[in-house]
Parts: sequence; structure tokens; C-alpha cells
Amino acid sequence: MTSTDEYRLAIDIGGTFTDTVLIDGVHGILATAKTPTTTHAPDLAAMEGATRVLQTAGIGWDQVGTFIHGTTLATNALIERRGASVATITTEGFRDILEIAFERRYSQYAINIEKPDLIVQRKHAFTIRGRMNAQGEEVEPIDLSGVVALAETLRTQKIEAVAICLLHAYANPAHERALRNALLKQMPDLVISLSHEVSPEAREFDRLCTTIANAYIQPLMAGYLANIQTRFKAAGLTCPILMMTAGGGMTTLETAARLPIRLVESGPAGGAILAARIARETGASEVLSFDMGGTTAKLSLINGFRPQMSRKFEVSRAARFIKGSGMPVRIPVIEMIEIGAGGGSIATVDTLGRVTVGPQSAGSDPGPVGFGKGGTAPTVTDADIALGYIDPDRFAEGRLQIDRPASEAALADSIGSQLGLNAGSSATAVTEIVDEAMASAARMHAVESGKDVSERLMIAFGGNGPLHATRLARRAGISRILIPQDPGVGSAVGFLFAPVSFEIIRSHYTTLDELDPDAINSLLSDMQAEATEVVRAGAPASKLHERRVAFMRYKGQGHEIEIELDPRALNASGITDLTTAFEAEYQRQFGRRVPGMTIEILNWGLSMSSTAPALTEAPPPPAANHISATSARMVWCNIAEDWRNAGVFDRADLQPGDTFDGPALIVEPQTTTFVSTDFRASIDARRNIWMTTRHEAAS
Amino acid sequence: MSISSTKLQVMWNRLLAVVEEQGQALIRAAFSPIVRECGDISAGIFDFEGRMLAQAVTGTPGHINTMAEAVITLRAQFPVQDMKPGDIYMTNDPWIASGHLNDFLLLMPVFHTDRVIGFTSCTSHLVDLGGLGMGPEGSDIYDEGLLIPPCKLVSGGEVNALLMDIVKANSREPVANEGDIYALIACCEAGATRLSAMMTEFGIDDLQALSDYIIDTSHTATVAAIANLPKGTWHNTLTVDGYDSPITLRASLTIAEDHLLIDFTGTDPCSGKGINVPLNYATAYTVFALRCIIGPETPNNAGSLAPFRVTAPKGCILNAQAPAPVAMRHTLGQMTPDLVYGCLSQALPDIVPAEGASCMYDLPLRNAPATGAQSREHFAVELVFNGGTGARPKLDGLSATAFPSGVWGSQVETTEAAAPVLIHRRELRSDSGGAGRYRGGLGQRIELSSSIDEEIMLFLSVERVNTPAQGRYGGENGASGRIRLNEAGENLPSKGEFRIMPGETLIFETPGGGGFGPPEERCRDALGRDIDAGHVSAEAAKIQYGAKS
Repeated sequence: MTSTDEYRLAIDIGGTFTDTVLIDGVHGILATAKTPTTTHAPDLAAMEGATRVLQTAGIGWDQVGTFIHGTTLATNALIERRGASVATITTEGFRDILEIAFERRYSQYAINIEKPDLIVQRKHAFTIRGRMNAQGEEVEPIDLSGVVALAETLRTQKIEAVAICLLHAYANPAHERALRNALLKQMPDLVISLSHEVSPEAREFDRLCTTIANAYIQPLMAGYLANIQTRFKAAGLTCPILMMTAGGGMTTLETAARLPIRLVESGPAGGAILAARIARETGASEVLSFDMGGTTAKLSLINGFRPQMSRKFEVSRAARFIKGSGMPVRIPVIEMIEIGAGGGSIATVDTLGRVTVGPQSAGSDPGPVGFGKGGTAPTVTDADIALGYIDPDRFAEGRLQIDRPASEAALADSIGSQLGLNAGSSATAVTEIVDEAMASAARMHAVESGKDVSERLMIAFGGNGPLHATRLARRAGISRILIPQDPGVGSAVGFLFAPVSFEIIRSHYTTLDELDPDAINSLLSDMQAEATEVVRAGAPASKLHERRVAFMRYKGQGHEIEIELDPRALNASGITDLTTAFEAEYQRQFGRRVPGMTIEILNWGLSMSSTAPALTEAPPPPAANHISATSARMVWCNIAEDWRNAGVFDRADLQPGDTFDGPALIVEPQTTTFVSTDFRASIDARRNIWMTTRHEAAS
Repeated sequence: MSISSTKLQVMWNRLLAVVEEQGQALIRAAFSPIVRECGDISAGIFDFEGRMLAQAVTGTPGHINTMAEAVITLRAQFPVQDMKPGDIYMTNDPWIASGHLNDFLLLMPVFHTDRVIGFTSCTSHLVDLGGLGMGPEGSDIYDEGLLIPPCKLVSGGEVNALLMDIVKANSREPVANEGDIYALIACCEAGATRLSAMMTEFGIDDLQALSDYIIDTSHTATVAAIANLPKGTWHNTLTVDGYDSPITLRASLTIAEDHLLIDFTGTDPCSGKGINVPLNYATAYTVFALRCIIGPETPNNAGSLAPFRVTAPKGCILNAQAPAPVAMRHTLGQMTPDLVYGCLSQALPDIVPAEGASCMYDLPLRNAPATGAQSREHFAVELVFNGGTGARPKLDGLSATAFPSGVWGSQVETTEAAAPVLIHRRELRSDSGGAGRYRGGLGQRIELSSSIDEEIMLFLSVERVNTPAQGRYGGENGASGRIRLNEAGENLPSKGEFRIMPGETLIFETPGGGGFGPPEERCRDALGRDIDAGHVSAEAAKIQYGAKS
């Protein structure tokens, strides 16, 4: 689908900034733009960014061969509750799936918590007679006699979208389909989401939530997607628009409009795709992707060159970073740990006299104290300013003058005065706490996934990632770091390397002993047909890649392990292979297999993807060229625990092969890379910055 | 505070992260449904003297004090000078570990630069220890299964094979038990490795300074929280269903300048059935409830726990002595928060919630043994449902929500896939929340039958069937739990073994929480929303709340 001389344009609309990147296959990145997001009409900033990069590169709209778009609009609509008025229809006897949920408080010691708001009020929750069982057999036929009256009630209640989630619809969707048809007869314009289409997995609470979330944003997203298509077509765009999904693939506007819930968190997914791409380019198969922005830090794992995927995600958490305080949605997502640690995260002292950082953030408005835009609470960026890591005169290409004394005063007032510390020690305390929090999150995430983080290459980007990378790495025991080109717009760059893809997960319970190969083959071939159709719409000519997985565990356990299947039809020897593969992976994760236990499979996954843009051939590695800086500034050295003179380099001036030791700062328009004293920096043939611990570099 | 105290804080955060990591790893590898659904495990790090420095926050509060005390007991029993790298000690003694035989506790000395500098410990609920199995029917501890006194499980990295064989030979689920014990061993070892690596990273040779910092900071913060409370002694009595006759629990709470004292004098003696509670376990739930209100932001450790002292006369049902049967000690253990909140509410009327359903409504089901032989389905599941929590002084109670435990409710679709049952209904019970200015949380109604027309055995050990959750300060009581077979069937008692016959439907209604404040003071908008939602019927609105129409 892509040839190397084609122009590819990516636009990532984030909460604060809209990032635009234009590349071609020969020269790589031709132009980038960072424009403030226009929240009231997000397409305005997108159009501005696109126009700017096209002008810079001197090409016309009709020359753009691929246009990839990601947006936080879906996420924000869910967080800000700007969606449609939704009603639910569930099986009779199960009106309260939503309110009963998991019967759990998300915070053990908090007795005054409220349950998350899950969008649909009980007065908009309806039920219908009819029942399937877990095997997908009809226990009682659906009773559609009340649909006329129900439609009348929906009209009276001014319902705009309906989420239908009937028990065991993942195993047999006939009742959901019959109900949709009957409702559409009464209300032809009603927006309806069916649970078996949105998320065909067992567990009624998760599936209902996912269906509600989809229905809730469907009218809004359908309108937005139609609008951008019209607008860019009018500007002269001739290629189709592809949308970025949370799963790290692209999809057509048609699929995006039908399943808009898959568009949430597409921006962060772009970052992980970038990391996976670089992993492939550099041959580092196991990577920790570290994306630190203004409000949060996002960590994800790349395993065998592929981003680690998850099947579950939570939107709009009440207590922002506490698991279980939000609305679960079951969609394929690139698994990511997000913690409230960004440049704008505010530092305070708690009742125990401990320094805490975030999750409150000063964001971009008012921003850190040192930005002089009205911020009064000290932030992580203020600590970095006070420690000398940010050059006051060169920050943001000199468009923003940094007020270092103001940062220092705020740290001394808010932190130092309570703990008897000066500004410098307060700043050190703030960064130590935030770096430790990120390192803990990285380790925890790796442990939960059965991995060891310390062996990995860290790829760091985002506005603050390159600044904190060495400090995080040291705490996580990581010895190698890579900073890609244009790290400030990493997510948008990542979009350009995504394949067109679609993933389906379906529940079909069986033990390995009782596995019926025909039933599984028929299930998988249905999934294959559906996924192929969706992917072909966006990639008509590309070679397609298929991946099949089974989610397996020992009977009695609660945690499933993903095992890859051979893409061919399953037969008796395939079942033996599955047993072997499961036991090997179990042993790897838990140290020991459990002989004699029954193995069961709950869910089956299939993903189809087009061929991602080809890798360009790596230029030969440059010879090391030890250089020294022409300018320097004093920075806090957290190894010597004293101030040290650090060389200051302009990234644009650095050439492949250039090598130097920390402490040093590498400055570029959207960020600064801090090379700490224990690291050595070098520039590779693709102009990535590598930082390696000097211990490692010497060996 | 100097830079070095920032380092101490960073190390403290690291220890908290390490115990959480250990806890998550244990949950993922566990075979027991109660671990999976409730996170019934814990992991902790201890200093050389056995003082607890960090403990994982897991799903059930039952390990809070028990682990801290158990480590001190084991440490005193085995001389440190005899310990070798790779040694691990173990026990499931209910009076040392966590209140019943299913909970196994492991302790491992941590060596750094060739000497013991501290300990890691972890505990998990094993599926089956033989005996009568996990139910209230045992008459003494010997009926309840295998008790392993404190012993060395692993010696220099070598597992004691005989001990493992004994545990397996005495269980209906030998493979799962072995898997769980290996997971516990791995958990201890991982914690020890990480602790030692952290000490290398930060360049410290012992935990003394860190330990003093954590314990002193936590103790100071907790004492400061206590200093703000009114001083005095308050009393409360709580009557619970018991096994076959009501049981009275009594507590007095003394708030002193720098500590709290809870005493259970006056509480009824032990029952003949396995609902008795060792004091370590009663203490865990009591302290958990108090710490939800007093200093909840301070993590659990020797410093934050020290100011909470719990005493009870030996032989009362909250201080059961061996060989009393204790298998279902959580049924009454989970009632102790309501008992002590009744005292604390008198001191802090604007902060403490009303009584709730409290005891989780678990529903262990299995095929009847008679039919097991010819049955198509051999199954055993442990479903968990909850009632409503008590209304809070400024908020309604939470409907169908676990408190004080942190269990997850069962999902209908996964239950029906795992067992031959059909669930016909799972909905909130209208009008079950105690009326009040703030309304108690609603209970729920579950209807369930066999999907293959075969007998199902059911083991009940719940509470609040005869004694509903009481409201506070004018709030009404919540609805009682009610369990029966078929709509017209007689009510079943709260504890015992029953059968659901083919064609019968079990109707399992969980209790509502108590209300807070007089119902007539309820905000009329809130009442209107309740009526709209069907949480309160129009009729109840008139009778209980004095609504006009």
C-alpha cells in the first residue's frame, strides 16, 4: 500500500497540542508542527498543522498518499461527559448489571467513596424477556411484544442511543439482532450498539460498559468523522483518511464510526508504535517505552518487537490513577501504565511530612511557576529548572523565557519551609520522588507481565521523557536508553508506522481435554472473515498478516496467559502443541509448571494487519568521534550530590558518531536530553541519541 | 529533614512497591477462588527485630495485624544465628498465622553481606486442608483438617519433600496446594532478592535507619491523628445470628492521648461450631475499621499499628482458644467493624457510618455427592455476593458492595460457564436500604437453579438473617437477609448445609445497610431520584419518608 516515495501525513490531536508530521520514505521526516488544540472545533488546529507542514515541504494536498489521524475527542467526550443520552436494554432479571458492577470499593481504606458514574441512570435501564445459556443455546425465545411500548418510552425519555447487552450474546447473538431490527422498525434513526459486535467476550458488566461507552460517543464521533472527511476533501486531499486506534493499528472511517470506542487513547498508542518501530530498526527486541509529557508519564513494554497488548482499559477514573475507579471497556489496546507524573505535576508535602508529586497538574495553563504564566505551585519542571537541566534562554526555541528564581522561590516556600530544606535540596527531593514513582510503575508493570525491566532498552520521548530518562533508568536498573529524532511529537511519528489492522476477541470456553477442533476452527474462520473484510477496506492491495491467540490457564486460576496459535486449522497434534506452549510459558512466568492440572481456554483472539511501511536499510554504524562541548552550564549531579559543569550541545549540530560523557545537556526545539554523569551519549547513523551507562560502555 | 531523609522516603516507597509486586504475583499464580476473587493474600517486609516495615494492601483486611504478629512469634521461635541463606519457615496454625487452617504463612530471613538484616513474609489461602472442608460443621480444630506447627519448609534452598508430601496427602486438592506453596516460596525469595538489591543500590548495610524512619514517621502521624479525637470510653453491644442461637458481642473503646484500646469483655463464649474467631483475626478487622477513619493515609507497619491495642478474655468467641473450630472465622470477624463503629460513632457522630450488611454473602455450591457419580457435571464453585453498606453521615450507603472485605462479586456469565446453574435474576432489592436522611445501600436478590435438573449442595455461613443492620441517629434498619427455596418456601437459617433439588429455585436475598439520620430529613430531590430509579417504592416513600404523594 505504501511505496517509499509516497508522502505520508499524520495528525495527532492531543488535549493541549495538535502534532502534525509529514514524511516520505526517502528522507524521513520532512516537517513537523505543534499547534495549540482548538477544543471547540478540533479540525481547525488539524487543518492549520497540515497546511503548515505541506507549505514547509512545498507539496500539494493531492500529493499526500496516506493520511492518518488520531484524536482524543473520543476519550475527552467520555471524560467530560459530552456524549448522547443512552438507554440500556438487558435480559429480564438483570436490570442492575451496571449498578451492581463488581460489588467493590476501588479504595480499601476510603469509606466515603462514591461509585464511578457509568453514564446510564437506572430509569433509562430496560429489560426484555428471552434467554441464551453459556453454550449459546436458546433457553427461552425473545419476547418482542413490548417493543412498540418500549420505543414510545425511549422517545418520551429523549433517548438518542441504545446499548443492547443480552446475557451470553457473545455465544449467540440472535436475540440482540432480533431486538435491534424490531427497534429500528419503530425508530429508524435510533443509534444502536450491540454488545456482541462491540465486545464479544463473556462477563456481562464489562461488555455492557463497553457497549454503553460505544453508544455514548457514537453520534458525536460519526458527526466529527463525516466533518473532517468533507473538510479535507474540500482542501484537496484525494487519499482516504485512516483513523488510529487504541490497539495501535489504523482503521477506515466507516469502521471508526461503527466502533468509535476503539479510537480512545490512540495518541499514546502512537508512541508505543514508534518505540516498536525503532526496536525493529535497531534490533532491540525487548524495550521499555517511556513517554513523559506535561501531565502524565506513560510506560509500555515492547516484547519481540511488538507492543504488549491488553484486552481491557478503564476510561475516566474518578480517582485518576486508581484501578477500578473508572469505567471498564474491553477493546484491544496497547497496554500502558499511566501515572500522574509529568512536567506540570505539582509537588506538595503530605501530613506525614513526605514529599508527594501529582496527580494534580498545573498543565499548560497556568503551567509551572518558572513559565511566568501565573502558576504558583512548584512542579516537576520547576525542580528541573532549579537543578539547571533546563537552559532558561533556549527553552522552547527561546519563545518562552524561563524565570529560574521564581521556580526556586516556589520550591523553597512550598517544600523547603516545611522540611527545613533549601531550594536545591527541595528540587532534588521532588525529582527523586517522581523518578522513583515512575521506576516503581515500570517495575510493577513488568512484574505483572512476567518480565524483567532492567534488561531492556528504554526508548524515551515526549516533552519530558528525554529529560528524565537517565534518572528513571538508574532506578529501574536499565543501562541503555535511546532518544529518537523529534521526540516531542513522537506519537504522531508513530502513527506513520502503523499497519491497517483489526483485532477480534471472542469467548468460547473449553478445557484442552474436551477441545472440539471443528467448533474452534469454525469460530476462528468467522473471526478471520470479519477481520479481513475490515482490513481490506483500508488496505486493498497489501499482503495481510494474521495472528491467532488463545487465552489459557490452569483450571482454578484467575489469570490467563496468552499463547500464540498456528494460523492453520487446529487438529489433534495442534492441541498437544498448545499444551506444550502453555506449560513452557507458565514455567517462564511462575518458575514451575503444575503437573496434572486441567488446562482451560476462555477466549480466542485473531488480529489481521496489513504490511507496515518497510524499514529503510540501516546506514553503516559511524566511527566514534569523541567531542567536547563549546558551551557549558552548572547542573546538579545526583551521583556526586554536588553541582557540576555540564557540556551543552545543540542536537541539530550533532553528527553520527559523535560521543561524549555526562554530565551534558542536548538541547532541541521541543525538549532537552539530560545525559547524567553515569551515562555516555553517542549519535547513531539514524541520528538517534544513545545513552549507555559508562560502566556498560566501558565493557 | 536532610537529603538523606529524601533517600529514606524513596526507599520506603520502594519497599511499598516491592510488597505490592509480590502480592500481585501471588494472586496471579493462585489456585484458590477466594484468592482470585478476594485477593486473600498478603506480603510484607520486616526488619531484623521482626518489626513490620511494609505490607501489601490486598483485598481482605484479615492479614493486617495477623502477619505482623506472626512474624514476631516465628522469629522468637527460631534463633537467628541458626538461619542460613535460602531457609524458609512455615505454619498454618490459626492462632499464629491468620485465623484458620487454610491460610499458610511463610517467613524468609533476608541475607545481605552474609548476615540476616530482615525478613520477608507472605501468606495465601490454600484450597483444601482435608478434614470436613471449609464449612462451619467442625466441632474442633481436628475436624477441620491439617495443622502444621511452625517448621522449616525450605532449608538452604532445598524444599522439605516429606513436609510437602504430608500437605498433599491430607488434601482433596493436592496439586493446587503444591502449586500455591511453590508460589509462596517464590514470593518470599523475590522479596528477599529485591530488598538486598535495593540495599546495594542505596549503599546501606542494614535497615536500622530506614526502619526507624518508617516506624517513627508512621507512629508520629498516627498518634497525631489520635490526639485530635475526643477522649473517653464508649461501649457497644451487637447481637448476631450465630450458628443456631443469637450471640452477643460487646466492646468498649477507650481513646487515650496516644493510643486506642478496644476490649471485648462481656462477649459471649465460643460456639460449638466453626464460627469462632481467634483474637489475631478479630484484631485485624477491628484495627482495619478504625484505621479507615483514623489516619488511613499512613501505610500499615509496626509504627502505625502500635497505637491500636485489642484485648479480649480468653474463651470468648472473639478470642477463641485451641482446639475450638475456627474454619469460618471470617463470618463473625467481618462483623467486628460494626461492633467497634458502634463505640466510635458515639465519639465521632458526624464521621462513622451506620451498620451495613458487613458479612459477605458467599454461596459455595457443589454437586451433591450422591449424584456426583453418575452426574454429567462434577463441580465446585464459590460465588460471592454482597449486601448494602451502611449510610454515611453525608452520603448514602453503597448498594451491593463489599465492606469491610474487598471481595469482587461473581459475574453471571462466567458462573454459568463454570457450573451447571442458571441464574434467573440478580437485581437490587427495592426498599431494602434503611430509610434515613442518608439511605442505606440496597441488598440484591439472586435466583438460581440447576440447569441440568440435578441436586446442588449449598453451604451457608452468613449473617444478618435474624439481626438486620441498624440505622444510626434516627435512621431505620436495613432489610434482613433472606434465603429460601422457591418463593413460598420457608426461610433457611443463616448457617448450615442445604440442598437445592431439581426444579427448585434458590432465592438468595442479601441484606440492606442501615440509614443515617431521620428519614423525614431526607432531601426531597434525592428521594425523588430514588423513586424514579425504583430504589424506593412510592409506597415506602409515603410510609417511611412521609412523602406527600
